[in-house]
Amino acid sequence: MISLSGLTKEFPGGVRAIDSLDLEIRDGEFFALLGPSGCGKTTLLRTIAGLETPTSGNVGIGGTDVTGLPPGRRDVAMVFQDYALFPHMDVTTNIAYPLRIKKVSRARREAKAAETASRLSLSELLARRPAQLSGGQQQRVALARAIASRPQVFLFDEPLSNLDARLRLEARTFLKRLQRELAVTTVFVTHDQGEALALADRIAVMNAGRITQVGTPSEVFHRPADPFVAGFIGSTPMNLLPASAEGGELHVAGAVLPLPRDIPDGPLVYGLRPEYADLSQSAPVGRRDAFSGKVAVVENLGTAHLVTLESGDLLIQVVVPEGDEPAVGASAWAAPRPGRALLYRDDRLLTGA
Amino acid sequence: MTRHALATIGRATFFAVVLGFFSLPLLWLASAPFDAHPSITTSLPEFTFGNFRSLLDNPYVMSSLRNSLLQAAGSAALVVVLAALAAYALSRVRVPGRDALLYVLLLLSSVVTGTAAMVPLFELATRLNLIDTHLGVILTLSGGLLPAAIFILKDFMDGTPTSYEESARVFGASPLQILRHIVIPLVRPGLATIAVWAVANVWGSFLQPFILLRDPDKSPGAVILYTLYTEGGAPRLDLISTFSLLYSLPVVVMYVFVSRRYGFRFHGGIKR
Ligand SMILES: Nc1ncnc2c1ncn2[C@@H]1O[C@H](COP(=O)(O)OP(=O)(O)OP(=O)(O)O)[C@@H](O)[C@H]1O
Ligand SMILES: [Mg+2]
Repeated sequence: MISLSGLTKEFPGGVRAIDSLDLEIRDGEFFALLGPSGCGKTTLLRTIAGLETPTSGNVGIGGTDVTGLPPGRRDVAMVFQDYALFPHMDVTTNIAYPLRIKKVSRARREAKAAETASRLSLSELLARRPAQLSGGQQQRVALARAIASRPQVFLFDEPLSNLDARLRLEARTFLKRLQRELAVTTVFVTHDQGEALALADRIAVMNAGRITQVGTPSEVFHRPADPFVAGFIGSTPMNLLPASAEGGELHVAGAVLPLPRDIPDGPLVYGLRPEYADLSQSAPVGRRDAFSGKVAVVENLGTAHLVTLESGDLLIQVVVPEGDEPAVGASAWAAPRPGRALLYRDDRLLTGA
Repeated sequence: MTRHALATIGRATFFAVVLGFFSLPLLWLASAPFDAHPSITTSLPEFTFGNFRSLLDNPYVMSSLRNSLLQAAGSAALVVVLAALAAYALSRVRVPGRDALLYVLLLLSSVVTGTAAMVPLFELATRLNLIDTHLGVILTLSGGLLPAAIFILKDFMDGTPTSYEESARVFGASPLQILRHIVIPLVRPGLATIAVWAVANVWGSFLQPFILLRDPDKSPGAVILYTLYTEGGAPRLDLISTFSLLYSLPVVVMYVFVSRRYGFRFHGGIKR
């Protein structure tokens, strides 16, 4: 278990990379820290590892307060974004390094390294130097080295970001299986929401040094706590439109939609994922619950198309199945599916609409 | 066409002259020791090994080479160890005014071992009882070499990413273990460069050992070379040339060996 309370890290020069942050990570959990570049993910991970000293607040690992302990006594292993494999040591020596520090005899640690390596299908590569390995192999050596130290906690800083797109998918599946097998508490940093959704048991979404939401991938995807999270999660960004509640009706971009009962009148932000609207090219008869607009852009997503409608000065995006894509410039109507939209007021989620 | 040919001829002539200019002294060094009657001109020698025999008759010649070796090795070891530790600290710890400090040291180093400081140095060595000791020479010469060595090594260390060390730190390595296991292997070419440079420097130093050592038994080659004159003050070219050859061989051998083994790289970082 990792518990952070009131954690703040201010760099010289006044940058608050982490801002009074509280977080509990459970035993055995695969936990993602997700957020845009510069939001403080790496700093948070390094603070847990002990490589940065917090300005204030506490870090607890496995029930003990480790805030004052040096990295080597926290029983964690970290995989750096550049893997940090020692270039002058071969794969065996690299993997065995944590054991060398623990004064394990050479024969024992080499046996241990070979065993860990075979588990990650690295047996053929034991005599190579890091420079003679591909990116994916380097990543697995870095993982093997972390595993060999048998820590209480794994910390991964963007473990997949140096791999090309195809390899990344393979490595993702591999990583998830490995973590299941080892059942070691794992915190990993990513700025790729797809990676976080796919891998994590729970996700913390960070923004500007604070955590805006913690939840399971499904919670974060279906009920983002504020418009920032809503815009950040999802392979196509959510439509966030200004709206207002008036006399039991919801007015959004020229459409009038039913309003959930318990919302008082006033301005709102209306959020709708592009996947949760249906596009038609004929005007609906006698209904006002669709957004009308002109097709401005059509983007091919492979098995679907992302259509951008221009409605007044608002842009509304809709995902359309293969074969149904409209021509650019045509008029079209996007009808939100009932129960799928989210309403925000003052940056807080009110309820689904 | 003719223009082109003329240019080629001009260039060839130029290089031939320059080459001759630089190779003549070397030719002299190769021929004069074997010449029965060497002069300051280079000529085909009247071949003999006699010069070597008369040189070895001088009791101080072999011991001076040993002294040179001792002083050079001692200074190189001291400079490499101290410079490595200092450069590592300066490269990794934020010290206010670090760069200014380094530049001032670099500036002062040329003063410390320079001619101007010889009187105070002599005075200091006398009070510390370091006159006529190898240690005195080693300390003085090392002091002069250290700032530049730190400067160069710090550059090497700045060029190695900190993530290697941080990674080792998370695994529980102590600072000295990190230095031994990670940093030193990574900057080994830099250390080799510094060691060779220190040896070559000490090997050629004349003034400091000349002043700090009275006993010819402890004098290095550079000082003994200066004694190879006749009573009348005329240089014994036969002995000087022969000694010069003997004296330069160890340094040449060292250069070849180190450059084979480590390669000289002045640009820091890791060559993978
Ligand atoms: N050593 C440092 N000194 C000063 N400021 C720093 C330092 N390290 C990070 N910062 C600042 O702290 C903030 C958070 O940085 P951090 O590296 O944690 O971001 P990140 O979320 O990991 O971003 P990325 O996804 O780009 O890696 C940034 O504004 C950064 O400029
Ligand atoms: Mg980062």
